[in-house]
Amino acid sequence: MQGHSTYRPTGGVAKWLEDRLPIVGLVHSSAVAYPVPRNLNYLWTFGGILTFMLVAQILTGVVLVMHYVPDATKAFESVEKIMRDVNYGWLLRYLHANGASMFFIAVYIHIFRGMYYGSYKAPREVLWILGVIIFLLMMATAFMGYVLPWGQMSFWGATVITNLFSAIPLVGPSIVTWLWGGFSVDDATLKHFFSLHYLLPFVIAGVVGLHIWALHHVGQNNPTGVEVKDIRRDTVPFTPYATLKDGVALVVFMIFFAYFVFYIPNYLGHADNYIKANPLVTPAHIVPEWYFLPFYAILRAIPSKLGGVVMMFGAIAVLFFLPWLDRSKVRSANYRPLYKQFFWVFVAVAVLLGWLGSKPPEGIYVTLSRLATAYYFLHFLVILPLLGTFEKTKPLPASIGDSVLGSSYGGAHATAAAAPETRG
Amino acid sequence: MRRVTATDDAHDPGRRDFLFLATGAWAAAGAGFLAWPFISQMNPDAASLALGSTEVDLGQISEGQVVSIKWRGKPVFIWNRTKAQVEEAKKVDLGQLPDKSARNENLPSDADAADANRAAPGKENWLVVVGVCTHLGCIPLSNSGDFGGWLCPCHGSHYDSAGRIRRGPAPENLHVPPYAFEGDSKIKIG
Amino acid sequence: MTRQTIMIDRPAMTSPARKAIRSLALILGVGLGLAAADVDRATAAEQIHPPRMDWSFWGPLGHYDPGQLQRGFKIYREVCSSCHALSMIAFRNLADEGGLTYSEEQAKTIAAEYQVKDPQPDDKGEFPERPGRLSDYFPSPFPNEEAARAANGGAYPPDFSTLAKARTYERGFPWFLIDIFGQYQEQGQDYIHALLNGYQEPEHGEKPPRPGLHYNRYFPGHWIAMAKPISDGQVEYTDGTPTTLEQYSKDIAAFMTWAAEPHLAARKQMGLKVMFFLIVFAGLLFYVKKSVWSGWKPETA
Repeated sequence: MQGHSTYRPTGGVAKWLEDRLPIVGLVHSSAVAYPVPRNLNYLWTFGGILTFMLVAQILTGVVLVMHYVPDATKAFESVEKIMRDVNYGWLLRYLHANGASMFFIAVYIHIFRGMYYGSYKAPREVLWILGVIIFLLMMATAFMGYVLPWGQMSFWGATVITNLFSAIPLVGPSIVTWLWGGFSVDDATLKHFFSLHYLLPFVIAGVVGLHIWALHHVGQNNPTGVEVKDIRRDTVPFTPYATLKDGVALVVFMIFFAYFVFYIPNYLGHADNYIKANPLVTPAHIVPEWYFLPFYAILRAIPSKLGGVVMMFGAIAVLFFLPWLDRSKVRSANYRPLYKQFFWVFVAVAVLLGWLGSKPPEGIYVTLSRLATAYYFLHFLVILPLLGTFEKTKPLPASIGDSVLGSSYGGAHATAAAAPETRG
Repeated sequence: MRRVTATDDAHDPGRRDFLFLATGAWAAAGAGFLAWPFISQMNPDAASLALGSTEVDLGQISEGQVVSIKWRGKPVFIWNRTKAQVEEAKKVDLGQLPDKSARNENLPSDADAADANRAAPGKENWLVVVGVCTHLGCIPLSNSGDFGGWLCPCHGSHYDSAGRIRRGPAPENLHVPPYAFEGDSKIKIG
Repeated sequence: MTRQTIMIDRPAMTSPARKAIRSLALILGVGLGLAAADVDRATAAEQIHPPRMDWSFWGPLGHYDPGQLQRGFKIYREVCSSCHALSMIAFRNLADEGGLTYSEEQAKTIAAEYQVKDPQPDDKGEFPERPGRLSDYFPSPFPNEEAARAANGGAYPPDFSTLAKARTYERGFPWFLIDIFGQYQEQGQDYIHALLNGYQEPEHGEKPPRPGLHYNRYFPGHWIAMAKPISDGQVEYTDGTPTTLEQYSKDIAAFMTWAAEPHLAARKQMGLKVMFFLIVFAGLLFYVKKSVWSGWKPETA
């Protein structure tokens, strides 16, 4: 997307079009010639996988809408009709429902990869912040989508989550009434959520566009965290190298996805959601979808309504400040021996929080949730700033090329000052 | 795509090209199979396919009267024709009809448009046709037009008393749906 | 660019910090262990795990046994249908491939044995009762939930259409992870089978919390409103299958599974083809990728 387009239209028509709308050149520069650090590992393929998942969710969602009825008296039955009568309806619905989980699996790997390799550090702060915005939009979209089948978990999940906003002082109750369009979760709420669930994915697609734009402007980070210096030694063209590597990873990911869809399609769902919503009966355990569990655990760890809500949103908000909380000049955890260990502890705490979120809020679970919540914030607010000051990091390779090829390959002088146009 | 030339002897170019081609073909086949559920889901679902039949009591329909019944979301005209209307339909020379086919789902597709092939078998006063103009799908007006049958108000197609197109843009006679008599005064459409 | 030469001498690598991490990991580990132990106690008190059964529809090659579904359907008709609806199943579904596989004629005959309210009003605006057709849905025993509760002492006999998927039991750690690989999706069926076999005298002579409840070993909380619905020999089988409660409970659970997931066999068959396609595709792409990357030299980029 920057000035490194090497596209030269050959035919008369191509030249005519390029003079008026340089779209082929844009695609060429951002998806063909775009230089990719040659040492990217398979963790870097999740951006492509996420793009695929967004498109897959939109496509399956658009066809499901052709059969779904957003009406409190018919929604549950219409979903069952999709499962029974619509041609391949069971496939499309299981793809969409499990697709949401796959989307989150991919996004969590993507986020943790960014954390491990310090991909949020200058000049990639805006890229990171756009990513956190996408994550928030995904959570809103997934939550509202889960309400649409209008099962027991849909209904009570919607009730609990919308009631979070009632914790806001003064205006909270009015906001909840406004979200509901009534005095409880009901038909009006379902219609609100249906409309927004259809809208938000396109907003996500827009922010993804900005995310990719920012990425292509600053260039990709890489496992060494060292910037590209010599475009010839340090990078490969996006096509065919990165596209093929992304393709391999995508197909392997699809195998994983297909395993869930075809063999255990209800594993990630909740049995109670096959019972139609009943406003008079709450299920014994209300549990959100797995991808919300860590945040749900944080919510329940705090013994005050407002406090819990603040901490839960704070757990996401703190991500926005990550680029400034981590003061270390070295990006990659490969060269930060201490951070590396704290990183894995953080991953373990996040997983633990997820598990705790699925447990009833009693006894040992509450204690553990509080400890883990405290550690979650400690990681961002104390450990990261201190590490930046006190950690002794390992020596970085002189260049990406050196790290892959050894410094003898390609001539030592190739590592000389990077030409300005190679950045990004 | 930028051509990447492998000069390595270990890579036989013939085998490489075959590998690339096979992978491309495999991907294309997969895309085709993947597209099908997305296309097929728009076809009628199992419930719509099963909804097929409507029963009508003919005892209520007096001579000369046309009633319209909903079948598969479309109107079906049931006309208890008078003797004169039947005679008029019978004496039409088949050679002058724009559409010489019976368009009757209860008969072989090569049956001609004679009144006997349009009316109910053995009960020639009864004419059962789908009330959808074969031009662009409007619903024709009963007992109208220049030929004593129907007139489509949208684009001026005239049908005669056997539901055959006589003048106007419609290409085909009004279709006769699958139906059968159940007893003397009851039919089941579909 | 970044500070690039910061050195390490291993011993100096802040052993207090390492110790802190280790002890933290230990705390978390112990906590996890405690919690896991706690879970087992908690769920044991709440719900006894049903025994795991063999089902023809388990696993990657799973499919329904038409004979079993037909027997289960017979039980539904003769026993369950007086209280439990099957509102999302149409008579045409009895002839569906991968299910009971009755012929269309048989399905028509069965449909005609039911009296169904026509969904379309007649010319007087009434909804007359008439013999069922293939396109009709199974008539429900009660017009609505309130009527069902009134007739059943306040309890609502749930609709069978999705019930097999709506019942489960807590698997706990680490089983919920192992189940991914074991493809264990039959918690609901195991529970239904166990429930039907679980009527017994209260283990410690407890009294029901209110009259009209029945003790069941597997029902969460043990006191269930449904009286023991079926016993040995109650439904006649024509295919020589033993007419025991054990067999009945398997057959009805299988029938309910079909009702909740009618396309199971088609799904698993398609899954096999999709898996084959994707694994070959992944292999091909991997070799293409390897071949292209091995041809890269800095000079050619």
